Amino acid sequence: MSVRWKNSRVAGWGRYAAASSRVARPERQSELDRALADAGASLIARGAGKAYGDAAQNDGADVATTLRLDRLLAFDPATGVLECEAGVTFRTLLDVFVPKGFVPPVSPGTAFATVGGALAADVHGKNHDRNGSFGDHVLWFDLLCADGQTRRVSPDSHPDLFAATIGGMGLTGIVRRLAFRLLPGTGHVRVETQRIADLDAFFAAFAAARANATFSVGWIDALAQGSKLGRGVFETAEFAPAAPTAPAPKTLPVPLDFPPFALSRLSVGAFNEIYWRRAPAAKQSAVRPLDAFFYPLDRLADWNRLYGKRGFFQFQSVVPDATAFDATRKMLEAVSAAGTASFLAVLKTLGGPGRGLLSFPLRGVTLALDVPNAPGATALMATLERLALEAGGRIYLAKDALQAPAGFRASYPNLPAFEECLQRWDPQRRFASDLSRRLGIAGVQP
Amino acid sequence: MKNAWLILGASSAIARAFARRVAASGASILLVARDGEDANTLAADLVLRGAASCQAIGFDGDVAAAFKDFAQDAVPNVFLAFGGMPGQNEIDADPVALAQTLDVNFVAPVALLHRLMPLLEAAPGGAIVALGSVAGDRGRLKNYVYGAAKAGLHTYLQGLRARGVRSGVQVVTVKPGFVDTAMTWGLPGMFLVASPDAIAAACLSAIAKKRDVIYAPFFWWGIMTIIRHIPERIFKKLNI
Repeated sequence: MSVRWKNSRVAGWGRYAAASSRVARPERQSELDRALADAGASLIARGAGKAYGDAAQNDGADVATTLRLDRLLAFDPATGVLECEAGVTFRTLLDVFVPKGFVPPVSPGTAFATVGGALAADVHGKNHDRNGSFGDHVLWFDLLCADGQTRRVSPDSHPDLFAATIGGMGLTGIVRRLAFRLLPGTGHVRVETQRIADLDAFFAAFAAARANATFSVGWIDALAQGSKLGRGVFETAEFAPAAPTAPAPKTLPVPLDFPPFALSRLSVGAFNEIYWRRAPAAKQSAVRPLDAFFYPLDRLADWNRLYGKRGFFQFQSVVPDATAFDATRKMLEAVSAAGTASFLAVLKTLGGPGRGLLSFPLRGVTLALDVPNAPGATALMATLERLALEAGGRIYLAKDALQAPAGFRASYPNLPAFEECLQRWDPQRRFASDLSRRLGIAGVQP
Repeated sequence: MKNAWLILGASSAIARAFARRVAASGASILLVARDGEDANTLAADLVLRGAASCQAIGFDGDVAAAFKDFAQDAVPNVFLAFGGMPGQNEIDADPVALAQTLDVNFVAPVALLHRLMPLLEAAPGGAIVALGSVAGDRGRLKNYVYGAAKAGLHTYLQGLRARGVRSGVQVVTVKPGFVDTAMTWGLPGMFLVASPDAIAAACLSAIAKKRDVIYAPFFWWGIMTIIRHIPERIFKKLNI
C-alpha cells in the first residue's frame, strides 16, 4: 500500500508563517517506515502541533504526524516505567494513570501535547527545580533514523544520539516509542495563591519556594508599569488527596478568529487588572484538580484564535540566576513600554541543564509571554531576545519563530556537538524543518 | 455477566476508538486484524485502559471458534469495522480491485457474521454492531461499487436483525458519514468530517438506546434523506 499524503497548510500554535506541506498520518508503525521511504526532499515529525513556532512544519516538503500512533504498550507499577508510542498525549496519561496513582513526571502547559513532542522539545513544567525536564525521565526510545533503520536509543547504547534527540526538535529522526518514568501522585493539588506587588516580591517568593515547593509558578501582569512593574499572582502547589470539588467545567470553543481590535492594550489591561485583584492579598490555599492547575488554558479550545488570523508570537527565555532580576525587569519594561496587548506573562524558575544537547533549561528564571503579531511585534521580540542573550540566557526553540542564526548559535554552546551528531546519523539531512532552515542548523539553507 | 467483544478489523481508527471505550468498561476483547503486530500493540493499550483481558488474532484462522473459546462465561458481542474504499477509477481499471471491494465490504462480513450469529444466539443479550456507510443509501457515480457492497451489507443486517429479535441478539447498523480515518485522509471533497471517537460513542449510545439503524453523526440522516429523495431521472445526471 502506498502512503497517502494530504496537502495541507501547517502552522505552529502561534499561527504565524504557515507552511505548505504534504502530511502523512500513519495509523500503524509500518506506515511510518513507508512515509520516510516515500518522503521527498525532507521530512519532519509533528505531534499535536503545540509548539508555537516553526519547529514542526516543513514548507515545500513533508511532515509525518504521530497523533494516531498513540498506544500505551506496557506499564510497571513497581517502577512507574511506562512504554508507549510517541503520539500519546498528556491527556491520556492523566486519564489512565491518575486512577492508578501515577502522574506524568513533567507536564507542559497543555494536555493536548504528545510525549514524542515533549521529548523532542525536552519540555519543562511547573516543577523543574524539583523534577527537571521531560528528558530527565526518559529511559530509552525507538528512533526511526535517516537510513530507514529503527534503533533503540538509550544513554548507554547511543549516547550521542540520545543527547541529540532529547530537545533536538525532531531533527535526528522520528521517535516511534519511548519509555519514561511516571511519578507517584494524585489527581489533585493543594494550591497556595498569593498576590504579589512587584518584581522584588516575586523574586523573594521564588527564592523561598524553590527548595520546598513541588510546583511553583508566577503570573505577571506584563502591562503594569512603574511601581507596579512585575506585579502578579504567585502559586505553589503540592499533591493532595482527592477532595470533593465541583465537576470540571466543560471545554469552551473559540468559534472564530478574533478581529485585530478585539485585543487592545485597554481590554487586555483590564483583564490583567481583574486577574490580579481577584487573587487574595494574603496567602490562601485551596484544593484543585490537577488538570485545572497544569492546564488552565486548555479549557478554552483553540484559544490561539483569540489573536486573530495574523497569529502571535510567544517569547520565552531563560536567564541565569545571577542576571535574572535585572534582565527580567528590563524585559518587562520593554513589554509595557511597547504597550502590546500581552496577556499574563508566566515567570518560573528552572533548576539546571537538561540532558539534551539543545535542551532549553539552565539554572535560572524563565519568562514567557504572548506578543500578538501586530506592527512593532518583531521589533519587540528582537529587543527581548537581545536582553535575554546579553544576560547570558537563551530562547526556547519550542516557542521560537523569529530568532536569527547568530543569536541561536551563541546561546546554545552544545550546538557544534549536535551538528556533528547529525552529520553522523543524517548526512543527507532527510530530517529538516522550517526551524532548522531558519536557524541554519547543520548547514541546511532556507 | 461481563461482556466479551470481538472486534473485526481492529486496525481501523473507529475500531480502535470503540475498543478503547469498551475496554474502559472492563470488557474482555478479542481483536481480529490482518496486521498482527499492530493488533498486538492495540491489545497492550486496551489492557492498560481497563480491558479485563485482550488478545489479537488474524483473519486466517477460524475466528468464530476462537471467539467461542475466548468468550466463555461472558456475553458475546461483535463489532464489525473492516472495509475498504478504493477509488472508482481504480475499480474501473482493475477487475481484481472490483472483486476485492465486493469481498471486503460484503462477502467477507456476511460470511463472518453468519458464522458468528449462532454463538451470540447461544448466549443471548449481546449485540452485533456493523459499520455500513451512507454510500450504501444510494448508488453514486463516484463510488457505486463500494456503495452497492455496503447496500448489500445493510440488507443482510436487516434480515439478521429480524432473526436476532427472535433469539435475543441486538443488531445495529451504523452508517457513518465522512470520518477522519486513513480511508478519508487526503481525499478531496471531504466535509463535516467526524472524529473516530464520535462514531464510537454513537455506536455505544445506539446499543444502549436499542436503536436499529443509526447515522453517525446524526445529521447525516438529514443529508441522506434529501439524497434518497432526489428523483432518479435528476440524480443520474448529478455529479456527486
